[in-house]
Amino acid sequence: MTQQQTAGGDVRLAGISKTYGSFTAVQPLDLTVPQGSFFALLGASGCGKTTTLRMIAGLEEATTGTVFLGEKDITDLPPYKRPVNTVFQSYALFPHLDITENVAFGLRRRGIKSVKKQVDDMLELVELGDFARRKPHQLSGGQQQRVAVARALINHPQVLLLDEPLGALDLKLRRQMQLELKRIQTEVGITFVHVTHDQEEAMTMADTVAVMNGGRVEQLGAPADLYENPRTTFVANFLGTSNLIEGEIVSTGGDLVVAAGGGKLTLPRERCSAATTTGGRLLLGIRPEKISLAHADDADSIAAGRNRVTGRIVDSSFIGVSTQYVVESPAGKALQVYEQNIDRRAGLLPGAEVVLHWNPAHTFGLDADQDIDAGVESVEDAA
Amino acid sequence: MPVLRWIRRNLVVIAGLLTLAYMILPNIVVMVFSFNKPNGRFNYAWQRFSLDAWKDPCGVADLCGSLSLSLQIAFWATLGATALGTMIAFALVRYRFRARGAINSLIFLPMAMPEVVMAASLLTLFLNMGAQLGFWTVLIAHIMFCLSFVVTAVKARVMSMDPRLEEAARDLYAGPVQTFLRVTLPIAAPGIAAGAMLAFALSFDDFIITNFNAGSTVTFPMFVWGSAQRGTPVQINVIGTAMFIIAISVVLVGQVIASRRKNNARP
Repeated sequence: MTQQQTAGGDVRLAGISKTYGSFTAVQPLDLTVPQGSFFALLGASGCGKTTTLRMIAGLEEATTGTVFLGEKDITDLPPYKRPVNTVFQSYALFPHLDITENVAFGLRRRGIKSVKKQVDDMLELVELGDFARRKPHQLSGGQQQRVAVARALINHPQVLLLDEPLGALDLKLRRQMQLELKRIQTEVGITFVHVTHDQEEAMTMADTVAVMNGGRVEQLGAPADLYENPRTTFVANFLGTSNLIEGEIVSTGGDLVVAAGGGKLTLPRERCSAATTTGGRLLLGIRPEKISLAHADDADSIAAGRNRVTGRIVDSSFIGVSTQYVVESPAGKALQVYEQNIDRRAGLLPGAEVVLHWNPAHTFGLDADQDIDAGVESVEDAA
Repeated sequence: MPVLRWIRRNLVVIAGLLTLAYMILPNIVVMVFSFNKPNGRFNYAWQRFSLDAWKDPCGVADLCGSLSLSLQIAFWATLGATALGTMIAFALVRYRFRARGAINSLIFLPMAMPEVVMAASLLTLFLNMGAQLGFWTVLIAHIMFCLSFVVTAVKARVMSMDPRLEEAARDLYAGPVQTFLRVTLPIAAPGIAAGAMLAFALSFDDFIITNFNAGSTVTFPMFVWGSAQRGTPVQINVIGTAMFIIAISVVLVGQVIASRRKNNARP
């Protein structure tokens, strides 16, 4: 299927919000999803991402604001009049119809009589040609998921909305479907808006990720940019793992120098998203895989100019490709370090005194007036 | 003791068969005595085999008239109770409104009320309203007591329905009417059918409420009761047997269709 979507345009949300009684699910939000992009709304459950998606679909009425599709205001259109289709979380396949009729549903409702060719092509695209006459309950979760995608895509919507479509699948199948969806998106060139709470999924699939928290978009950008340059502690902790070290700025000439944990750490000024005044507080962030470990006895061999933190290994776990260490130090109670298992290194055992060192350019700076633990594991309860 | 051991091992099967026999035996008696040729007016003792009654089921005065009336009342009562009950069930499951909890319990009131009491009070009501007793009063009463059963049957089904299916339909260009006809109704159909069958059975053989509110109209159960005072024609057994066979056939055909559909779907 090489259907090119010519009409359409960007999805633009202008000041859109949703409140239920006194509860605000989505704060007034401005968001533009460029045509043809794979856009992910990432956040913990209850952050407003699904509500945002449902407002684009028309299944939820926006309390304020406007939804634009290209130049057209579609805010007041009912869902069945929007050129937008949804892949639901539980797939929502019609149990009384077979796969063919499920996929043909949208075409038939628009009065298209000869659907066979299109349905066959679409089932071919999702590799389900042999299952045309089966009922949904006779298919596995992954197959049902692909039917749901086919049922939506066959209508050539201007935008395809995916509401946690891989949530019910096991890990291996999920990875496979991520690549599959990405392939389909590239093939059909339709705008995909994907809602997920899985940060790896968002980063693997999307061109642009909007990280949502508490009904707001915290940060928006390309996956690598979000990962390398988080601007809030929530993003730093929710996307992967970050070591956050609190310190006091001692010098702002050239690179920033920060006193933390009894030593001095430097970072490039342009990697700091917070105000920088001498004497001010700052959170320094460093990703676990960017840190190297040296035994305290070998500290002299560490190259000059690297950031150093001394500490003691309290835990280490071997997970195949890498070993993850937890290091207790004056700079932080539980600093995470991931070391690739290239050479097995003796001596890096729990209890060992070590020096953590890294390239200052890999350090990012955040405003210290935030909850340092925002976005850590417990986000599910906070939501 | 091999016999004792055999009994112990097959106890569940034996108990099951005995229970089944307990349920079926009265039906078998009805069938067997439909082929009887009794001496005198009462069909209570087996005399000899005969097809007389089967050849002339309407041979008894007023029997087929009462049967036809009962079928008509059952048909309209089923239609009315199913339509109203389905709407009530959807309202109770899908919408949040004031007094929803109260209505949920009130629905069970006609089931809980002793039928005789209900019958007598209905008669009081009809008489006070100056209504003419007959077909219409019976029909109104039947729809009333069938409603609770239909609501219960349909509600169970609607509660298990995923509201996202209707959202999916709306998302796939089905307007409100299309969504209802193409998705909501077909999925709720088994519950609605169960409610309708229940309503038909209840209406067709109701005696107490009907007897109080029928005036001079005579339904089939009333005919049987009336004739039992003076003698029981074999034709009653013929009608009973025919109803039994029709009901069993409906169930069997349904099962065959369902299993064939399943097999078709599995190439």
